[in-house]
Amino acid sequence: MTGAKILVECLKREGVGAIFGYPGGVVLPIFDELYDSDIKFILTRHEQGAAHAADGYSRATGKIGVCLATSGPGATNLVTGIATAYMDSIPMVAITGQVKTFLIGSDAFQEADITGVTRPVTKHNFLVKDVKDLALIIREAFFIASTGRPGPVLIDLPVDVQQAETEFVWPEDVQIRGYKPTYFGHPGQIKKAARLISQAKQPVIYAGGGVITSGAHRELKELAEKIKAPVAMTLMGLGGFPGTHELSLGMLGMHGTAYANHAIMGADLIIAVGARFDDRVTGRLDAFAPHAKIVHIDIDPASISKNVKVEVPVVGDAKNILGQLIEEIKKAPDISAWLKTVEDWRKRHPLHYKDNDKIKPQYVVEQIYDLTKGDAIITTEVGQNQMWAAQWYKYLHPRSLISSGGLGTMGFGFPAAMGAKVACPDKTVIDIAGDGSIQMNIQELATCVCNKINVKVAILNNGYLGMVRQWQELFYKRRYSQVCIYAPDFVKLAESYGAVGILVTRKEEVRPAIERALSVDNTVFMDFRVEPEENVFPMVPAGKAINEIIGGLA
Amino acid sequence: MRHTISVLVENKFGVLARIAGLFSARGYNIASLAVSETMDPEISYMTIVVEAEDVKVLEQIKKQLNKLIDVITVTDFTKKEHIDREMILAKVNYSAKEKVKLEGLFDKYVGKIIKAKGDTAIIEAVGDQGQIKALLDQLDKFGVKELVRTGRLAIAE
Repeated sequence: MTGAKILVECLKREGVGAIFGYPGGVVLPIFDELYDSDIKFILTRHEQGAAHAADGYSRATGKIGVCLATSGPGATNLVTGIATAYMDSIPMVAITGQVKTFLIGSDAFQEADITGVTRPVTKHNFLVKDVKDLALIIREAFFIASTGRPGPVLIDLPVDVQQAETEFVWPEDVQIRGYKPTYFGHPGQIKKAARLISQAKQPVIYAGGGVITSGAHRELKELAEKIKAPVAMTLMGLGGFPGTHELSLGMLGMHGTAYANHAIMGADLIIAVGARFDDRVTGRLDAFAPHAKIVHIDIDPASISKNVKVEVPVVGDAKNILGQLIEEIKKAPDISAWLKTVEDWRKRHPLHYKDNDKIKPQYVVEQIYDLTKGDAIITTEVGQNQMWAAQWYKYLHPRSLISSGGLGTMGFGFPAAMGAKVACPDKTVIDIAGDGSIQMNIQELATCVCNKINVKVAILNNGYLGMVRQWQELFYKRRYSQVCIYAPDFVKLAESYGAVGILVTRKEEVRPAIERALSVDNTVFMDFRVEPEENVFPMVPAGKAINEIIGGLA
Repeated sequence: MRHTISVLVENKFGVLARIAGLFSARGYNIASLAVSETMDPEISYMTIVVEAEDVKVLEQIKKQLNKLIDVITVTDFTKKEHIDREMILAKVNYSAKEKVKLEGLFDKYVGKIIKAKGDTAIIEAVGDQGQIKALLDQLDKFGVKELVRTGRLAIAE
């Protein structure tokens, strides 16, 4: 069997449902094999779109997303997508073509040292030099990508290895001696954690993306209800606990709810589950949660005690550990006084915006929630749109929010929506976008239309790179430097691709526009002309403690 | 403070780059690094000396090393009984007049003059950190023209 045939056979056996990619010179043997394969191939219009689509596919399902590109520029165009997946621990396998093995290092046409380039942004990567190693490498790549703390793995496959022949042997078992993730919590640590929980008077659960990765949402709900602890979520954790639940505090951190931040700062015990104390969450580190002991549940030992000191680390899979912990907690603490304090914060500092007869971006997001009944998959770009999507849509289920949290990649949401829609064709998938971000991967309109991937894009069009403008307004004396961004006529643009465009300039048109977009069997761009200088509040300025909140408290 | 860490790794291309990248990406400096094959040709042994001002940084380095797929085991010698050695080669100023004095150093230190030619002697020596430092102080009096060091090697007791 040739290397190319082995690759396609292995992808089939790994259960790959779709590949997102772009052809090129040194991947011709692979594309020739794909010609006869029944694996769905989505031809994007840019390799970055392919990487984000594979990522979106993975985030929507938990399955491994796969993207494929040629050597050199094809491979380097994947890099932002790979880095995005890496920062958010998304299982992905990226396959790149490479020049012939004997040309490697000679500055050959379309040569790039892509294993070198991606080393810091992949969980692992491989350069295949011998076709005999290929099947095992593919097995290992899928195994590494999806186990432990997941992440992207890149396989660089020279064209002569694709053409070389060998006997195909499917490795049944994968054993990597340097890689043994821990899945169950150490019983002693579980006991210690349970003891702290039983003694707590002011506990808060701080839930991150790990809850979603491990599928621990049921266990999280059970634990929260058992000990009656309020739950604050990171951006990545939204959907891990129902946003409508009485114990939900919504998102915490820089643009989190005031009551989530006050609760964290006032807590005497923080139960961190699959979260990594990112700076957007903790604010000024030395002022973070001064009274709290911390129980930190994470599958990645390197995440523990990296930023904050942890009393009880528990390494392992969140679902298993929460299960163990629920068993171990015999007596729920009495925290009724604490819950009253938290409720008081909730009443005094609700999430708030000043509604008027203009189109407020928050209003648009609220209407999207209302009209989809919280049942859609929402993807976001990065900036104000992302924060409004996080604040004003209530996420009821895991994997209902797909957003670039760690890397903060503008241009992510649209191709990610595409990937999510391919993975979940029966779901409504809506990208909540800004007029800046959407222009970063707008070429994927063609991919959506050609493949009938009917995603809906709600552009909160304020004529600005809104989040940067907001910072310039608040911290740079309103000196708006390079944030006024010209956008095309999105309606005409959508129509020119064969999609549908809807312009919305008045508040009363917002709901009808969304209704129409949801009912049309096509990709739709909704161009909402929102209030240009609306800000995202509440806000904790960078470097401040997370209870030093400005704006939006009224 | 300097810490000695040993790492058993898969003997594959790119592994050294992964380890070096891990340090450089976080701004950790490697004071010395020694790499070689073990008796099992599939496994290499690295002795790394790192500068880490607090325990947190050292812990993070060890955890990040452990996360690398090609890393099999990580051993921190900070609180572990171990033997460490380093070898040096040095070119020092040499004259017939000072021959005895130079040779006399090796009554106290493990090493010898390998070759003496004209006004230069090439010296080899082996020792632990303290011995090497003390020897270098002595050699400095003669004038060291060139110095190469293997970096520290360490093995657990």
